[in-house]
Amino acid sequence: MEKIQEPKKYMNPYLAGFLLGLTMIAAFYFSGRGLGASGAIKSTVTAVVSAVAPAHADKSEFYASYKGEGSSPMNSWLVYEMLGFIFGALISGIIAGRIKKDIVKPPKITSRTRLIMAGLGGVAAGIGATLGRGCTSGAGLTGMSNLSLAGFISFMAMFGGAFMFSFFLRKFWINKA
Amino acid sequence: MGPLIQQGILSPEWDMIFAFIIGISFGFILEQAGFSTARKIVGVFYGYDMTVLRVFLTAVVTASVGLLYFNYLGWIDISLIYINPTFIWSAIIGGVLVGLGMIVGGYCPGTSFAAAAIGKIDGMVFIGGLFIGVFFYGETYDFLFKNLHDAGNLGPVTLYQILGISSGTLEFFFLIFAIFMFWMTIVITKAFSNRQFKY
Repeated sequence: MEKIQEPKKYMNPYLAGFLLGLTMIAAFYFSGRGLGASGAIKSTVTAVVSAVAPAHADKSEFYASYKGEGSSPMNSWLVYEMLGFIFGALISGIIAGRIKKDIVKPPKITSRTRLIMAGLGGVAAGIGATLGRGCTSGAGLTGMSNLSLAGFISFMAMFGGAFMFSFFLRKFWINKA
Repeated sequence: MGPLIQQGILSPEWDMIFAFIIGISFGFILEQAGFSTARKIVGVFYGYDMTVLRVFLTAVVTASVGLLYFNYLGWIDISLIYINPTFIWSAIIGGVLVGLGMIVGGYCPGTSFAAAAIGKIDGMVFIGGLFIGVFFYGETYDFLFKNLHDAGNLGPVTLYQILGISSGTLEFFFLIFAIFMFWMTIVITKAFSNRQFKY
């Protein structure tokens, strides 16, 4: 007899938001800063480029700014944070029975199309997060929590932009029943 | 009194340990809330799942009120915490691009890691795209992005400073805005449930 594991329900969004807020307060209290995500990618790219082509990285204003003094760019707060993040998400997925290798996609879209879109979306977000000095976590969540002007501008640009674009991609995500 | 690292109460080595532990909490909560699937994330833009907005606003309200209150109690020195510097043009254009990434890819940088952590291949591919995007930016920075990147620098200024009001006053208005948005999520959910949208 096959026992089908029903994935557990998701946490109440208000509770999740509250706990996330407490996590942010902890970050401010212990480390004097908020959460982030895209910065870890920037650090990793800088580390790889520095390792593969050190002279090129030294000459580049961009990579030099992420290198910091002395220690490796990987020795950064966000890199450690994202390592913990993956671990935490994994634990949550295990507890909730949601670990499954598959592709999240709308029913009428092929896997190939979905993956191409995911890749393109990642490229756009990678460029945007580097230009905008953060993503929804660092610029948006953290930026608004410390009431910075940058946070509010970033939040409005990200969600306003997404709403704008959502109209053009509605056929991709939504099927009328 | 916090922030502990900045005040020198704990040595800098602790910072990375805190980062890791806080990261665990961050990732755990996001996955628990359902941010590990693009389906739930884009739902807020199509009216069928308001989770993103609810979690986001609740988190910001909790953290911002918490910070102000801790400051008032003398538990944290708010003048020592990091304030995101404002670069107007890059914030707007960069933000719009992140928004584009959210709709095209179904994730943002943080959520893509949650998805990848539970085995979602589209999340992993999104992360791959992130690396490409950042690398592209780094390589083209000197001739493409440099001026835009540094334009419109207003420094680490807060919204209440710009408006010439106190932080408490701003928080009050933000709470009203948040309550309004929570109410809107209920309105939108009711309106769209009548429409029989299928994801």
